[in-house]
Amino acid sequence: MQESSSFIPYIKRYLKRCITGPWSLLCGLSVTFKYFIDPRRIVTEQYPENRKTLKMHPRYRGRLEMIEDADGNNHCTACGMCERACPNASINVLSTKNIAGKKVLGRYVYHFASCTQCGLCVEACPFGAIRMNQDFEVATTDPNTLEMILNKKEGQG
Amino acid sequence: MFVPSVTNPIGDFVRNLVPQVTAYLPVAFQSETLDSVVAFLINAVICIIAVCAVNIGSAPILIYMERKVCAHVQCRLGPMRLGWHGTIQTIADVLKMLFKEVYAPSGADKLMFYTAPMIVLIAPFMVCALIPFSKDLVVADVSMGIPLIIAVNGFGVLGILLGGWSSNNKYSLLGALRSGAQIISYEISFAMILLFVVMISGSTNLMDITMSQQGTVFDWWIFKIPVLGFIAFILFFISSTAEMNRAPFDIAEAEQELTGGYHTEYNGTPFAMFYLAEYIALVTNSALATTCFLGGFHAPCIGFAPVDNVLNMVPGLVWFFGKVFFMIWCYMMVRWTFVRPRVDQLMDFEWKFLLPVNLVLLTAGAAWIAISG
Repeated sequence: MQESSSFIPYIKRYLKRCITGPWSLLCGLSVTFKYFIDPRRIVTEQYPENRKTLKMHPRYRGRLEMIEDADGNNHCTACGMCERACPNASINVLSTKNIAGKKVLGRYVYHFASCTQCGLCVEACPFGAIRMNQDFEVATTDPNTLEMILNKKEGQG
Repeated sequence: MFVPSVTNPIGDFVRNLVPQVTAYLPVAFQSETLDSVVAFLINAVICIIAVCAVNIGSAPILIYMERKVCAHVQCRLGPMRLGWHGTIQTIADVLKMLFKEVYAPSGADKLMFYTAPMIVLIAPFMVCALIPFSKDLVVADVSMGIPLIIAVNGFGVLGILLGGWSSNNKYSLLGALRSGAQIISYEISFAMILLFVVMISGSTNLMDITMSQQGTVFDWWIFKIPVLGFIAFILFFISSTAEMNRAPFDIAEAEQELTGGYHTEYNGTPFAMFYLAEYIALVTNSALATTCFLGGFHAPCIGFAPVDNVLNMVPGLVWFFGKVFFMIWCYMMVRWTFVRPRVDQLMDFEWKFLLPVNLVLLTAGAAWIAISG
């Protein structure tokens, strides 16, 4: 009796899987068929050829840069949070004192050679003064160009 | 004597030309028997060249097609750099393959190691000779076509087993043994489906099978028998995919488990031969599916006279290769969509599902023949 009661559900399950199995295969085929016929879904970039029109993805993290307004003023207060957040010491925030004796940004030294573009400095900045830009053609033959000073003006505090 | 059952213009041209040429020879060489033998041999050479051209010529096209289909299924572009849309890429790949040094691993059985790829190539070439490409284009019009194909198709597994065995490598041996078990299992359902076709068309000759599907689209065996034909076509598709060792049934060369399976130790030209055999098998299996289910070289007429006349103006060869490439495209979509089952799942599927369904299908086909008369 035990066997006959479990036999019918087994058969039912088997027959159900005979329908749902091929159906799921057809669903998979429909997905790949949609990909196959729709050229807009292609994500490959023909890089050197489409260099003029290539738009980098907005989430791409390139070189670090300072957010500046039209006059070249920045929001940096030389607090040094980015310097502490940097895991491989690529940032040196050199502060100075203005006429009022307040600590302001002197030079923001950025060592691009050791930067891994992790973006932790951007997350650590409490004033939103820095960001990662979209540059990806950053190769150079002169290592001295990799040491850069990001701010144009000294900090206003 | 030596006149084939299916004649075509090329063969007739050679048969007419030979007596005209031998007329210039001394009288001692002039005899009708000699002329027919010479004409037969010349025709045989032409046939061999034609089969080689179809098979070897289709391989680069198929490799290019496979890479493009695969790329577009995966949202990529595929080869784009060499030539227009990467068309010369496969030629470059083939050249690279051919210029590589050929060597066997130490401890390998050299004779078997180098014979195996050739044996693998034999099977698809022989099947290709039996396929009717057009009304008068068939190399060997044998009356026992289907049994011969079933017999010859099993030949490929011998090469795979030999290659895996002689490589002196555990991965190769495991891959070869798996492949042997798989092909021998799936050959049963493969043969059963072909027997179903033989049963409904009443002939084992591939030309007769094609001619029995003359008429409109609905006279093709896939549609002519309601439901049963379509089920048989799907089952043929599954078992031939397993026969060819293609994904999703490519457990013989499961990369994650066996680093390449039976051809792990092969490189250069022998590896290219395995690769070639795989793609020629794709062509011959598609051609077989076309011949048995999709009406061979017949145009897809719809029973509306003006359209049918236009369709019939296109030569049968074009229709045949159109259908073959459609089938190949189907095989490729399946390959790049589905995941590979485990070995035990594969065997379960054959022995617990495919074989019983095939037996039921054969019975149902017999019943349909008895009912429809």
